[in-house]
Amino acid sequence: MSDQKPTSRWTLWLPLALFLGFVALVLFGLYRPADREVASTMIGKPLPEFTLRAAAPDRPGLTRADLADGQPRLLNIFASWCVPCAVEAPQLAALKAEGIDIAGVAIRDRPEDVAAFLARHGNPFSRIGADDRSIVQLGIGSSGVPETFVIDGKGTIRYQHIGEIRPEHIALLREKLKEATQ
Amino acid sequence: MIRLLLTILALVLALPGAAQDGVPPAPYANVQLADPAQEAQAHALMLTLRCLKCQSQSIADSDAPMAGDMRSLVRERIAAGEDPEAIRAWLVERYGDYVSYQPRVTSLTWPLYAIPLLLLLGVAVVLRRRLRRGGDA
Repeated sequence: MSDQKPTSRWTLWLPLALFLGFVALVLFGLYRPADREVASTMIGKPLPEFTLRAAAPDRPGLTRADLADGQPRLLNIFASWCVPCAVEAPQLAALKAEGIDIAGVAIRDRPEDVAAFLARHGNPFSRIGADDRSIVQLGIGSSGVPETFVIDGKGTIRYQHIGEIRPEHIALLREKLKEATQ
Repeated sequence: MIRLLLTILALVLALPGAAQDGVPPAPYANVQLADPAQEAQAHALMLTLRCLKCQSQSIADSDAPMAGDMRSLVRERIAAGEDPEAIRAWLVERYGDYVSYQPRVTSLTWPLYAIPLLLLLGVAVVLRRRLRRGGDA
């Protein structure tokens, strides 16, 4: 053992430094607020083909062709059983009042429930399709309700807003719609 | 005992799910395919797909309505003769790698595979030196 080179001082501390590094990493991961939103990776891609029956008695159903008529619009994914969807109703009404067209997709919903929901919270939709089996929702990479997509005139998905639209989000949606016009 | 606890847990977790909507589940959400081989293929795939609502569960385990819709989608596509990996790719195209539990080597994940190999290599080098030195003494 006497012929062995004495270990230099800094390598002695290396394992401890590594260990402390791991502790810092774990603490960082524990205390950082978790981002549980799953963003769609369909932004910039065309909408899939679909045909949905009417979800409410006084509005027509929704097909892909309705969303590719040259006019940009919002596509709102909602459901009558979804509480945050009621929270965003005033914001959708405000957007509609500005002349923005909003198409709706009701997820797993019964006509009478949709009608009751719209009677209570207002109906900003020009068309509402019923997505009973989340076909359109899965097709566009949406993972919950409510979500709002900006669709350009060619039927391409331009932007996804996850969660309810709060008053502070309106300006951004307006901006994204304007970008979709170009 | 564990099975019983899991059952109770599943029932508790299912309550909010069951209360969410009044629409009957998609045809193959809770119904197996008639062909056992196809069902086995579908089930194996479902175990490796993430439920987007309850993100630490697979769609095979989750009682969320959306997981039911995803199970039905998987079973219907398998029944139509689609390859399981093509269905996974279809979902990854829409939700990113996060939807799949099956790890992939990508430009982001390759260090996870490379670092253990490098460490093993380092250990082998150190051991060889030590053993040689031991042999000389």
